[in-house]
Amino acid sequence: MTAPVEAKAAAAHAPAVDDVPPGRTRAEGLVLPAMLGVLAGICLVWNGILYLTALWAPFWWLALFGDFVLIVLVAERIGRVVPPKRRKLYERTLAFGFPVLALIAWQLIVDAGILNPLWFPQPTRIARALWDVTVHFDRFSETSLLGRPWLIPSKFESDGWAGVWSLFAESHVWATLGRVAAGFVIGAIPGILLGVIMGINQTVRLMLDTTLSAIYVLPKIAIFPIVMLMFADPFGEGPKIAVVALSVFFLMAINTMAGVRDIDPVFIMAGRNYGARGLSLYRHVIIPAALPVIFAGLRLALGTALIVIISVEFLRAKQGVGYMTFYYWEVLNPEKMYAGLVVVMILGVVLTYGLQWLQRKLMPWARG
Amino acid sequence: MTETNARAPATAPRIVTRNVTKLYDTVAGPMVAVDDFSLDVADGEFVCIVGPSGCGKSTYLRMLAGLDTHSSGTIHIRPGSDPKKPLNSVVFQEYAVFPWKTVIENVAFGLQMRGVGKAERLEVAQYWLERVGLRKFAGYYPHQISGGMKQRVSIIRALANDPEVLLMDEPLGALDAQTRIVLQDELLRIWEETRKTVVYITHSLDEAILLGDRVILMTAHPGRLLATFHIGIERPRTVETLNTAAFAELRGAIWDQLGREVTRAMEMQS
Ligand SMILES: Nc1ncnc2c1ncn2[C@@H]1O[C@H](COP(=O)(O)OP(=O)(O)OP(=O)(O)O)[C@@H](O)[C@H]1O
Ligand SMILES: [Mg+2]
Repeated sequence: MTAPVEAKAAAAHAPAVDDVPPGRTRAEGLVLPAMLGVLAGICLVWNGILYLTALWAPFWWLALFGDFVLIVLVAERIGRVVPPKRRKLYERTLAFGFPVLALIAWQLIVDAGILNPLWFPQPTRIARALWDVTVHFDRFSETSLLGRPWLIPSKFESDGWAGVWSLFAESHVWATLGRVAAGFVIGAIPGILLGVIMGINQTVRLMLDTTLSAIYVLPKIAIFPIVMLMFADPFGEGPKIAVVALSVFFLMAINTMAGVRDIDPVFIMAGRNYGARGLSLYRHVIIPAALPVIFAGLRLALGTALIVIISVEFLRAKQGVGYMTFYYWEVLNPEKMYAGLVVVMILGVVLTYGLQWLQRKLMPWARG
Repeated sequence: MTETNARAPATAPRIVTRNVTKLYDTVAGPMVAVDDFSLDVADGEFVCIVGPSGCGKSTYLRMLAGLDTHSSGTIHIRPGSDPKKPLNSVVFQEYAVFPWKTVIENVAFGLQMRGVGKAERLEVAQYWLERVGLRKFAGYYPHQISGGMKQRVSIIRALANDPEVLLMDEPLGALDAQTRIVLQDELLRIWEETRKTVVYITHSLDEAILLGDRVILMTAHPGRLLATFHIGIERPRTVETLNTAAFAELRGAIWDQLGREVTRAMEMQS
């Protein structure tokens, strides 16, 4: 099966190599559509045979697996003849085209009644639910997903900044974002500082390393009840932010320590030899040398922070994306539960991009 | 020469090393890296140290720079008349060019740490970059330049710092033959202008004879003083000096001793 396809690809590509530039572009222009046509054809034949023999529905997972393998095989061949100029487009198409295909398959399978829509509501219904929760204001809990930004101008006119603030305050997304951001900053900065100290000073490291490592493996949500106990208002924002901060703190302390210990001693020697002492040694040598590991830690910490905040909101919150998702479980509305998941995903992506942006700002020397 | 205006200090050596020993504590017990090593370096002298790999050359240089402690003996670098001048600057065997600083920031680093203003230190750095043909790469980060360029950056980082004593650990070690010759020539010219006190470690006997006023041979592990050779070849020297009869003669005499030591070291390892 491999050989003929390869031969075909080579044959189709051959004139492109030999021809003069104008002919070359024309040949390339034809190769890609032709191969995409081949791909569509093969998939059609495979699914068609299964469908006509009434095997598709009972063996839908096998059909999809076959489609997956076929796409991989053909996309590989296409990847070999893609001209360098189009390489980016090819990669984008694979990276975004495949998820789109997967969504379409999901839609069709549930539409056909093969999967239970209660567990896997169709993407179109999730999208509609997402739209619903976005424009919806819950009168009972006085919350909305984004805080109804379209009301900002009129609220500002009637109540000024306080009015705008009241809109933000009703938002699930801003509640979650605020808790994550506050907890992240409150936890990460002391965590990094302690990590640097532990990386440099052996005594402090020996004293704290075991304890920190033991706490680090603790599931972070397990400390939530204790944290609630410590706050005057156990159901307020305090414990929620604190539990995020704590989980970020331990992770950052341990990661930063590893980063600092990993610094090539010759950099520290060079720093000292050229007159860096005390703070300037930290500023010019130790911190920049540890930054790559610190940022790797921050990305881990971001994931942990999201897990922790969503769990906390499941447990004890009257607001937040986690609360919203759980609420729609209680009223058995799966589309809107999925909508909540989509919002969490978007939050995660946006925050990760934010972190990457910060990394580019702080580490302009990093490759690529 | 300018010996007249500072006669008294000129007679006292710039670097004094007496009976220095370095023990490393290893799991297998103490390990002697440098054993009873003595070396005085006069002001403005260019001393080259040659010895088999692992004999403790880098260790000695680090102790000289105050970056490592010594177990016994004395090490002293006499400060110069200008208290603001740094005592020593090291060119590290591993370059140790900071990846997070641009080429020009690396070169200006020592000056920056001494509080020299930005405009002035960048001007000095720019001068040195031009001297070694790296002007165009001032704004590059180290990962964007070649290994040879990094080595040059590491060398001029030390030169721009203008120390009393320059400590160089195989600064041309990883270069290809052509670049190496070009930079040897450049080093000779720079030294001719600055007449700095230099301790220069190298694996290449040719390089040691070409550059040095004196060549010190060290024994294989543990590092001891094996022999000292005065290089009388007159200055200014260039890479052409490599082709002279005087050079060949010295080289033969020194190789006689060094070869035996290298063989002994290799036998010890096996
Ligand atoms: N931190 C250390 N702990 C223990 N042993 C060490 C340490 N640093 C160096 N040594 C040992 O000391 C000896 C001398 O090392 P050094 O780096 O000074 O050698 P060198 O002469 O510079 O070698 P090369 O020419 O390969 O650079 C080696 O045997 C090395 O293994
Ligand atoms: Mg060495």
